Amino acid sequence: MALDEVKIGGMGASRLRVEDNRFIRGKGNYVDDIVLPGMLHMEILRSPVAHARIKSIDVSKAWEVPGVRLVLTGEMMAARNLAWMPTLSYDTQAVLATDKVRFQGQEVAAVIADDPYIARDACSKIVVEYEQLPVIVNPTQSMAPGAPLIRDDKEGQQTNKVFDWEIGDKEATDRAFEQADVVSKLELHYPRSHPSPMETEGSIADYDRATGKLTVFMTTQAPHIIRAAVALVAELPEHMIRVVSPDLGGGFGNKVPVYPGYVISILASILTERPVKWISDKSSNLISTHFARDVYLKGEMALRKDGKILGFRMHTTSDHGAFFSDAQPSKFKIGLLHSAFACYDIPNAHMVAEGFYTNKAPGGVAYRCSFRVTEGMFFQERMVQAAADDLGMDQAEFRRVNFVKDDDFPHRTPFGFLTDSGQYGKCLDVGLEAIDYKNFLKEKEEAAKRGKLLGIGISTMTEPLGAGNSREYDILGIKMFDSAELRVHMSGKAILRTGAKTQGQGHETTWAQIVAHELGIPADDIVVEEGDTDTAPFGMGTYASRSTPVAGAAVAMVSRKIRAKARKIAAHLLEVSEEDIEWELGRFYVRSNQERGVSIQECAMAAYSNVPDGMEPGLENTSYYDPPNLTWPFACYIATVEVDPETGVWDVLKFVAVDDCGVRINPMIVEGQIMGGLTEAYAAAAMQFITFDEAGNCIGSNYMDYLLPTAWETPGFELYEVVTPCPHHPIGAKGIGECATVGGPAAFVNAVLDALKGTGVRNIDMPLLPDRVYEAIKTGKDISGAPPVKVD
Amino acid sequence: MYPSRFQYESPKTVAEAVALLDQGAGEAKLLAGGQSLVPMLKLRFASPAMLVDINGIEELRYHRFDSDGTLRIGALCRHEDLEKSDIIRQKQPTISAAAPLVADPIVRTRGTFVGSVCHADPQGDWAATMIALNGRIVAQGPKGRREIAMKDFVLGPFQTALEHNEIAIEAVIPAPQGVAVGGYIKLERRVGDFATASVAVALDVVGDKVVRAGIALGGVGSRTIDASDAAAALVGQPLTDATIAKAAELAAAAAEPRSDHRGSADYKRHIVATFVSRLLNQIHSSKEAA
Repeated sequence: MALDEVKIGGMGASRLRVEDNRFIRGKGNYVDDIVLPGMLHMEILRSPVAHARIKSIDVSKAWEVPGVRLVLTGEMMAARNLAWMPTLSYDTQAVLATDKVRFQGQEVAAVIADDPYIARDACSKIVVEYEQLPVIVNPTQSMAPGAPLIRDDKEGQQTNKVFDWEIGDKEATDRAFEQADVVSKLELHYPRSHPSPMETEGSIADYDRATGKLTVFMTTQAPHIIRAAVALVAELPEHMIRVVSPDLGGGFGNKVPVYPGYVISILASILTERPVKWISDKSSNLISTHFARDVYLKGEMALRKDGKILGFRMHTTSDHGAFFSDAQPSKFKIGLLHSAFACYDIPNAHMVAEGFYTNKAPGGVAYRCSFRVTEGMFFQERMVQAAADDLGMDQAEFRRVNFVKDDDFPHRTPFGFLTDSGQYGKCLDVGLEAIDYKNFLKEKEEAAKRGKLLGIGISTMTEPLGAGNSREYDILGIKMFDSAELRVHMSGKAILRTGAKTQGQGHETTWAQIVAHELGIPADDIVVEEGDTDTAPFGMGTYASRSTPVAGAAVAMVSRKIRAKARKIAAHLLEVSEEDIEWELGRFYVRSNQERGVSIQECAMAAYSNVPDGMEPGLENTSYYDPPNLTWPFACYIATVEVDPETGVWDVLKFVAVDDCGVRINPMIVEGQIMGGLTEAYAAAAMQFITFDEAGNCIGSNYMDYLLPTAWETPGFELYEVVTPCPHHPIGAKGIGECATVGGPAAFVNAVLDALKGTGVRNIDMPLLPDRVYEAIKTGKDISGAPPVKVD
Repeated sequence: MYPSRFQYESPKTVAEAVALLDQGAGEAKLLAGGQSLVPMLKLRFASPAMLVDINGIEELRYHRFDSDGTLRIGALCRHEDLEKSDIIRQKQPTISAAAPLVADPIVRTRGTFVGSVCHADPQGDWAATMIALNGRIVAQGPKGRREIAMKDFVLGPFQTALEHNEIAIEAVIPAPQGVAVGGYIKLERRVGDFATASVAVALDVVGDKVVRAGIALGGVGSRTIDASDAAAALVGQPLTDATIAKAAELAAAAAEPRSDHRGSADYKRHIVATFVSRLLNQIHSSKEAA
């Protein structure tokens, strides 16, 4: 009899997360839990100033602290050609500063000592003499004539411009604007934020002089990429490098880049011939590791009276900090931001992007998003609401009129993306029904009698998830495929390894479910391992919601290879030809007699004990999966809010989320991903920002200033699903980890601005803190930019 | 966390603790709930040579009303003790309103009322309630005990009138003259955030007249502000639209906010007026209902 798929923990089972067994017992194994014999501890001295020439560094007092084993400066790194390292965006980044410091928090020196207390004590004894230079904290200052040159280290770099980039058809777009009945405009800033994983970044480097092998335990979302990067930077061959990413306390994109601390700890281990542990503290993590967003967007939309969008223009000005180290694999300078408006059928578009250096921490990571799509989708949905308002058209209807229709897939966007599938109108309908859209105006009138302002905000979007395909995406030239290796033991139990790296997504649970779906082996019989480059097949890691679209597909494909071999074994065991064998979940049987069959476990045993003549024994295989396209999940998020006009405080009354991520492997985990993403979306809309004062001091360097929402203020979310299987994915799945972070913020902001309709306020930049909302209501004016640091 | 090196002591009596502080000669810090001190140690903003942990002095964990209605809160009374206390809910509305708004639930299980007052953070919740309630601190030092009125206790941000060898062992809230009514509201960007602005109101009422009033403001100055003019405007008066409006206006005038990333000075002043008015209206309407 075929097995009950849900009972064996296959596809569609809301199986409890197997990794939680250790996490909720405090038995996780994070980098900081690992203790190696003879291990030393490293602490980094960081720059207190944002832009200064280093006149001198005196480390003599640090050497005098008992227990100090090594003090490293930029000069010592430079002597080994390690003062600078390449970034993933083909720029360079300082490891330890030699000439100048270019942002507050930049790495200046490091102390390696017997314990972390001593390392800290000794750091405070290092004397650095700085000659302060004028500071640039935003692109406006960067581009001003006569602005100080931040990257004077780069030959030929005359200005603070990082790049100019454009895409689309300018002339066709100009023509669309000539034909427009109405032109709608919007300008906004997506503020700087930080992915802020609970676990900070860190590493333990362990160089063994005897074997020549370097082992690095590291908080990384992409261990194989790190191995490739270390091989490049440290000039060691790959087989002599083992990178292990153990349990990760979150990543959110922050743990994709190579950080200077990793490199310094590696050199420190080589020089001391002892393991060196470095664990960053929270403030260092917030001020120096890769931030996200910080993009100024403006655009306009050409509209026909009936609501049809004829074209749009966009312009982005992005702030990349002191080093262009966006962690993204696309060939596009601004990531996938130009996937904006992909869910709408818009014939003409043109976009210009400009990037600038500033005296701020480097970065531009894909914080729970597919390389800057968050900024793009936020602008899209704010622009769409503004356009609907300008036309005097219902905001839901305006979206419906312009959606790509269900039978228009695959659909090519004006910037060249190919969206694969979707039922956008249906998702919108489910959302409108759930929020009771029809009765909202009545509720709004009732609230007005209580002196409160009600608003409703919609955000609908499709985003490109699952980098990549090897034609368009690579990191340092390595193509963006991924891998899975499956070994079925003779008992029918199995071990699965992939090139992805879970950091909270639940791979240990869901990968086993895919195998269970393909092979009928109960999920509990499959152990999943990731993160060790010595054992895992080569893969590109986990970010950009790529695990299920790419590694997950590889898991299905390798399972199918195993099943193909098992079929031959089954034919041998059943003494019939392979053509007479049928498969049902968990067993093969003879077509003419369903009673006569063998289970997958029996096939596994035979693979080691009774293989047909000429067949290799064993039951294991590896698959490398190069996806034909990105996957395109769709989301419709709708919020209703109540604004207190006396204080500017707003509360979410109801939030509905309709997600179409194709086939759901583990619905519970999918829902958890959506809830987590919406919480981060709420945080962005309501409270989060990192700003800088004129001197370049980072305001947001701790959790008192940089706010993470708690369960107390986070609103409840009602979740709904629509399923449009991905046509090109082996199990029909699309990415889901990031939809809510990407699409969520606009729903909240649109809702608050809808509540303010009639006050003349068109935009309030995030975060929508009460004082900003109150100010907008009181003055009837837009509120732009990050909250100012105006301590008077 | 990697603080600077310190000596750790865990005395079993107040006298021992005082002796240790005395011996520390200004380099010792008292550890009660640790919810402010420990983060400061972690960031190395504070590097005391000695920590005197009073958590072993069990008899300091209490809160009780004397027969005359005086409320006494011991140095180890946790925020959570007050939040969950039936007698506080029945008899002390200002503290009852503030208790669930102090920091977040994790901090409340460990942090202490008296410790929070001694931390003298201008944005602290309990300092505002202490001022509104005209509270006192009982300090014990080598020379014995003394009482310090709350208005004299805080000298400036993070500075109190305690000598280096004195322990604040108890907070005292005088018995009300009549019926105690009051409340507390705070505007914060997130649970556990420092207050953008907060208002504590404590009134003693006889009949429909206010016989004593205290209004204190948090987050809107370099110290907790005693809005004494606003309070005085209510004494001898019933709560009416006019007296409420006057008190709100005077409280806003008493605020000394600074513009920062939590909002402009004008906004904070406006919030003070709004909150004073809301609290007094709330008190007024609940009295009407009763």
